[in-house]
Amino acid sequence: MKRQDMRSPLGRVIGLGSAKDGVGHWWLQRLTAVALVPLTIWFVASIIAHTASDYERFIAWLSTPLTTTFMTLLLIAMFYHTALGLQVVIEDYVHSAAKIPLLVAMRLGCSALAVAGIMANLRIAFVR
Amino acid sequence: MANSQRKRSRPHSPNIQIYRPQLTSVLSIINRMTGVALSAVAVVLVIWLIAAASGPQAYTIVQVVIASRIGQIALVGSAFAFFLHLCGGIRHLVWDAGLGFELRTIYISGWGVVAASVMLTLLAWIASLYVAG
Repeated sequence: MKRQDMRSPLGRVIGLGSAKDGVGHWWLQRLTAVALVPLTIWFVASIIAHTASDYERFIAWLSTPLTTTFMTLLLIAMFYHTALGLQVVIEDYVHSAAKIPLLVAMRLGCSALAVAGIMANLRIAFVR
Repeated sequence: MANSQRKRSRPHSPNIQIYRPQLTSVLSIINRMTGVALSAVAVVLVIWLIAAASGPQAYTIVQVVIASRIGQIALVGSAFAFFLHLCGGIRHLVWDAGLGFELRTIYISGWGVVAASVMLTLLAWIASLYVAG
């Protein structure tokens, strides 16, 4: 006996249905969300605490190993979460030929921004 | 043949133009809109970090922009969007755990998200003013 396929014959022919990565997207969206709860609260609280700080004091805070570690984790989790979220928004609303180029540009942009942010932070930590 | 069947226009659901807004649907779209808005805030965060890494002059320019009237409005708006997305996101994580699906509970948690976001934004603003002296 052949294994039962739950898809309709039409769905099978045009290749719609499970591509076996839906759970991966869903799970990583939740995983990054759980990571972002403490990381963003830490970040917002730190920024509030530095409202009155001048450049030197602010850089001193950014240079500590704890801040650099948390900022790196924040940037990775934040831009991963952003990429997964914007992917769904583009897939839901863009149905023209621009869809795939937009998805590629968004993904690459998120990666570039995360790396740029991490580089800026490492420069503050190790060069300044 | 399969193609003509695919192209036949089918009704879309929900028909948002005749759909009465309710707390649940409004909070759902707000979570998505704040997510998109926070993507822009994330870009500003990276610009701000790069300015800080570049030196005092670049950092001062960014600080002046943030301290301006428009900068302050954007900052409070960003904080409100952040707290809405944070509280709404926690509500979603609770649902993912299989909890809180009763209609009454959904409305209580929904209004809880709105109240918590307003209060946290005010609290952040007051705390920031207090620190600034």
